Amino acid sequence: MSEFVFLYRGGVMYKTPGEPERSPEEMQAQLGKWRAWMQELGAKGHIKTLGAPLEQASKVVSGPKKAVTDGPFAEKDLVSGFTIVEAKDHAHAVELAMGCPVFAIGGSVEVRPVMKMQM
Amino acid sequence: MEPEPGFFRRQSGRLVSALTRIFGVRNVALAEDVTQDALCRALSVWQFSGVPDDPAAWLMAVARNRAIDILRRDRNARRFAPDLGFLLDSEWTLAPTVIDLFEPRAVTDGELRMMFSCSAPGLPEEAQVALILHILCGFSNAEVAGALLSSVAATEKRITRAKKTLASSGRLFELHDDAELQKRLPAVQRALYLLFNEGYHGASPEVSVRVSLCREALHLARMLLEHPACAIPSTRALVAVMSLHAARMPARLDSAGDLVPLRQQDRTLWDAALTAEGITFLDASATGATLSEYHIEAAVAAVHANAKTADETPWAEVVGLYDMLMALRPSPVVALSRAIAIGERDGPEAGLLAVRAIEHDGRLARTPFYEAALGDLELRAGRIEAARRHLEAALERARNPMERRFFEGRLRALVPR
Repeated sequence: MSEFVFLYRGGVMYKTPGEPERSPEEMQAQLGKWRAWMQELGAKGHIKTLGAPLEQASKVVSGPKKAVTDGPFAEKDLVSGFTIVEAKDHAHAVELAMGCPVFAIGGSVEVRPVMKMQM
Repeated sequence: MEPEPGFFRRQSGRLVSALTRIFGVRNVALAEDVTQDALCRALSVWQFSGVPDDPAAWLMAVARNRAIDILRRDRNARRFAPDLGFLLDSEWTLAPTVIDLFEPRAVTDGELRMMFSCSAPGLPEEAQVALILHILCGFSNAEVAGALLSSVAATEKRITRAKKTLASSGRLFELHDDAELQKRLPAVQRALYLLFNEGYHGASPEVSVRVSLCREALHLARMLLEHPACAIPSTRALVAVMSLHAARMPARLDSAGDLVPLRQQDRTLWDAALTAEGITFLDASATGATLSEYHIEAAVAAVHANAKTADETPWAEVVGLYDMLMALRPSPVVALSRAIAIGERDGPEAGLLAVRAIEHDGRLARTPFYEAALGDLELRAGRIEAARRHLEAALERARNPMERRFFEGRLRALVPR
C-alpha cells in the first residue's frame, strides 16, 4: 500500500456570481453523498488521515522579498480540503477519487502520491 | 448520524428569521447571505467530521458569531433594526443582545414574526405562499417555481417584489399586539392552508416535492400552536385538516407510483398516529363560538378517517358538512366536492345534476377534476361513451405524468369500443 493525498478544489457551495444558487436541500443532498463516500473509503480501510476542510481565505508568501499577496486563485482553483488515503498504486487511488461527490458541483480532486521517506 | 430530511432548509428558515430580527427587514438579503455562509460552513466541516450531536445549535452558533462580527465591524449595521439600535451600539450589550436573540424561544418567535410578515395584506396570496416557501422553508427560487409550477423567471420576480413589500414594512410583525395579531392570523392560516393544498392537490410532478410542501405546512401550522395567542380553535382545526389529510398520503400512491382515488385506497395504510393527532386536534378545536372553514374540512376528513371502508362512508353527513362549507366559504372546488358527495348519497344522476349546477368562471373546468367527476358519474350511470368523452377531456387537462397515467388507466378500464 502507498499513500496519496487527495487535494479537493472548488466544490464548496458558497454563492458566487454567475453560478446557480445552491438551495439548502441541495446542500443536504451533497452532504449525504459526501458522508456516504467517506464512510465507504473508511470502511474499506483506505483512509490514512481524514484531513480537513480549508477556509477560503488565502495568503501567499513568495519571493526572496517574502512578498505577501492574497491567494491569486479563482474559487475553482482554491484547495478546499485534503485527505490522505492508502491505495495499491496511483491508478487505484485515482479510481477511489472517482467516487468523490465534488465533481457534480464543479469541483476537482488532485491525486498526488506521497513520496516514500525510506527506500 | 444523518440530519433528518429537510433539516437544512428548515434551519435556513430559522436562521434567516433570527438574523432578520437583528439586521432588520430592510436587510433580508444580508440575513440570507449570513445564513448561506453558515450552511456552507456546516457542509464543509460536516463532510469531514460528520454531523455533530446538536447540528441546529452548531449552525446557530456560527450564524450568531458571524452576526456579532458584522455588527462590531459595521456601525451602520447596528442601526438596521430600529428597536435594537441602542443595545447594539454598546460593546457591553451587543453580544449579550445577539446571544439572547439566538435562544431557541427567541428564534421560534422570530420565525412566527416572519410568518406573519410574509402574510401581509399588501401581498397577493400566491406571493405570500411563495415568500413563505422561500424564506421560512428554505426553497430556492427555482425550487419554489417547481413546487408552484410556474416559470423560474416569474417566480424570481414575484419573490423579489414580495421582499420589497416586506422591506417597506419597516420591521417584523409584532406578536405582542394582540388585536393586530388576531386580525392578521386568518391570512397566516390561509397561506399555510394553501401551501398544504399545493402539496396535496398541486400540479408538481415530483412526489417528493409535494410531500415536503405538506410536511413544511404542517410544521409551520404546529409552530403557530406554540404561541398562546395563535393557539385558537381555528388554528387547531387547521392542524387537524392537515394531519388527517397527511395521514392518507401513504395510500394515495400504489407501488407503481400511480394515484389511487380515495374510494380504492387501502385504508390500513393510513398513518394511524397522524389520524389520531388530527382527531385530537379536531376535538380540541370544538371550543369557542366561531366555526371556521378548517373545522368543517377537518370534520369531513374525520368522517372519512372513521369509515373502515369506502362503502361505510356516511355520505349524508359529508353532504351536510359541504352544505355548511358552501354557506361559510363558497368556492367552485367546494361545490364540486359537494356534488361528488351527493352522487355518492343519491346516485349518479343526482350527482351529475349537482356538478352541472355549479356556477364557476371556467377555471374549474380547466382542471382535470371537473371532467373526471363527470366521467365517473356517467360511468356509474352506465353511459360508457359519455364517460369516455369526459375522461378523455380530463386526460387532456392532466398536469403531470402521474395524472396522465391515472386517466389513461381509467380509459383503458372502460369496455372497449
